[in-house]
Amino acid sequence: MSLARRVLLGATAPVLAFAVAALVTTVVIVGAGASPGEFWQVLLSAPEARYYVSIVNSAAVLYLSGLAAAIGFRMNLFNIGVEGQYRVATFAGAVFAGWAVLPGPLNTVAAILVAMAAGAAWAGIAALLRVTRGVSEVISTIMLNAIALSLVAYLLQKVGSREGQTYVTDAIPRSAWVPSIPLIPGEISQVYGLALLALVAGVGFSVLLRRSRFGFDLRATGESESAAVASGVDVKRMVVWAMLLSGALAGLIGMPELFGASHAYGSTIQTGIGFTGIAVALLGRNNAWGIAFAAMVFAYLNQQASPLSIEADISTEIIAVTQGVVVLSVVIVYEVVRRYRVRLEQTEVARALRQQRKEQGVAA
Amino acid sequence: MRNPARLAAGVVASAALVLSGCASGGDDTSASDEETAASEDVCESADGDGPAIGLAYDVGGVGDQSFNDSAYAGLSRAVEELDATCAQAAAQAGENDADREERLRTLIDGGYDTIIGVGFVYSVAVYNVAPDFPEVYFGIIDGFNPTESQKDLPNVANIGFAANEGSFLVGAAAALTTESDNVGFIGGTNTPLIQAFEAGFNAGVEEVDPQIEIQSQYLSQDDPVKGFENPAGGETAATGMYENGADVIYHAAGKSGLGLFDAVVQAGEGNWAIGVDSDQYLTADPDQQPYILTSMLKRVDTGVFEFAQGVAEGNPPSGYVTYDLASGGVDYSTSNDALPTEVIEQVDQFKQQIIDDEIEVPSEL
Repeated sequence: MSLARRVLLGATAPVLAFAVAALVTTVVIVGAGASPGEFWQVLLSAPEARYYVSIVNSAAVLYLSGLAAAIGFRMNLFNIGVEGQYRVATFAGAVFAGWAVLPGPLNTVAAILVAMAAGAAWAGIAALLRVTRGVSEVISTIMLNAIALSLVAYLLQKVGSREGQTYVTDAIPRSAWVPSIPLIPGEISQVYGLALLALVAGVGFSVLLRRSRFGFDLRATGESESAAVASGVDVKRMVVWAMLLSGALAGLIGMPELFGASHAYGSTIQTGIGFTGIAVALLGRNNAWGIAFAAMVFAYLNQQASPLSIEADISTEIIAVTQGVVVLSVVIVYEVVRRYRVRLEQTEVARALRQQRKEQGVAA
Repeated sequence: MRNPARLAAGVVASAALVLSGCASGGDDTSASDEETAASEDVCESADGDGPAIGLAYDVGGVGDQSFNDSAYAGLSRAVEELDATCAQAAAQAGENDADREERLRTLIDGGYDTIIGVGFVYSVAVYNVAPDFPEVYFGIIDGFNPTESQKDLPNVANIGFAANEGSFLVGAAAALTTESDNVGFIGGTNTPLIQAFEAGFNAGVEEVDPQIEIQSQYLSQDDPVKGFENPAGGETAATGMYENGADVIYHAAGKSGLGLFDAVVQAGEGNWAIGVDSDQYLTADPDQQPYILTSMLKRVDTGVFEFAQGVAEGNPPSGYVTYDLASGGVDYSTSNDALPTEVIEQVDQFKQQIIDDEIEVPSEL
């Protein structure tokens, strides 16, 4: 296959996927009786300056969530439990930081480590069940989500104090807050300081997967478990480590907001980021750059939901539909393009073989 | 992920999880959905010169035939009587305070100067945004002051309701109606706001007969989607209670309560359901109507309307504004003829006693 053709095929998949997604979304909007013209106009109009700040904030959080899911996905390990791990971890981090046993920034660092440990521990339960009892991590992490949500809500009522209609943990002392970064001068909204965690995690993810023995083993296990075992990879050990890492990353998801805005864990904590992370990882094809792009797309779409309902009077739920459609079309189109490429390669190989045989025949 | 079966499983699972937020909305394709869809246009046709109202909902929004629809009714009344113009904005599942702030700012950018957050989740967002816009008036239904200093802002009003008092009345009605001496309560989330409903309901039941057994269940600890957007969960909980001997069940679970109405029809004659927030007898399907004994009215519509009226008259409320039985902010409905006159008479007596402070209704469990 020529290089030009290869590049063309590579570019086809994403372009085609988004075209299909746009088409399907338009059909859905027409079906719902709304105006697709208005929808696309609002969706594609440039948001106001301060919205970029929230897009960056929400993309950073979604990126962490996407990475957490992707680590498992790379070795065929479906950690659906990012949501539960994120809740347990954020709660643990918030309670620890609220105790203020350590001074200032030390408290921040320690609380982040506590959160990562809590997330890893919660994911570790699923890992242990998988390697010792053979329980599918899909089932166990979904169950652990349900348990985590109820457990944290229960503990919050025990540990936290009542504030209006909600319960909140003790506020983190001011000295441990992480200042925000004024991305756009003069705007009130600012980027969470700990949004930088997303950059760090992204680089770490890439280096770990591409440049380390662990990453090689992880990818090898994902490509073919039997081949990995044959070449000496301890798959059980890999399962445990991948789940722990996934859980530790999930522990970071809540940190930017905890130390940048809310300064406590309350019953109005943001829900569903862990689930969205799965979609973000799928959309990003489990690769650090792809997930970054996917997180931006999701954050952008979320941001445009408000103007959509206010300016165009279109239900915000259409945004969730759009996101779902994008993920499905990406997965389907990539698979179709992959099969097409395989067939193309097969015919080329067959042609080359025929050619060779013919030449040999001539020679004989 | 080269294994197609695993891939497919992952895609389906994640798509299901991501979309579960809107999936729950699809369970009830009743006639009333169309009604709301059609009447959602009140803001489109409104072009008066009264206050410009921006209404921001929590997840679910209009169509729950309960809390949010009651807010919408207040908005419609403001459009009619105050010549208001308006815009509505609904939340998505899984938002944080920053997202809510953006919604409020978008409404303000759109020229709306009377902003109402429907639900206490808007408390933090409103108190963050309000100081930047002294010319804009903010109301928060069930709101509270989350700031450390507890200092009131002149342009923010927390519109609260003594839901415990109204719940006391329907609790008494339930106790006077039950024949199995067994009643039930279904709450959306196990949070202080909803616990107040249960506390009042329990007190009302006990006032009539302390021997009556009360079953209680919350659909979720604190997830609003599972709590208030979950008719299937509401139906499961209600069916369990009916099978467990209850014959009157009261819900404080928003849209999830629609599942209770399905369950009571299946449980059949002799069983009752009690609605919440709006007069749900009026909006229920005809086959459900006979079973809806009464509803606890939390007049969110009055709260929304009077807030807008205050702004229109240059007299905007601020601080805490509480609607209770005495001010008509909570009540119970008598639109179903199946509610016997004797029961109404007795409940009305309790009502008077509460207004006269002869009965103190607890607001916490």
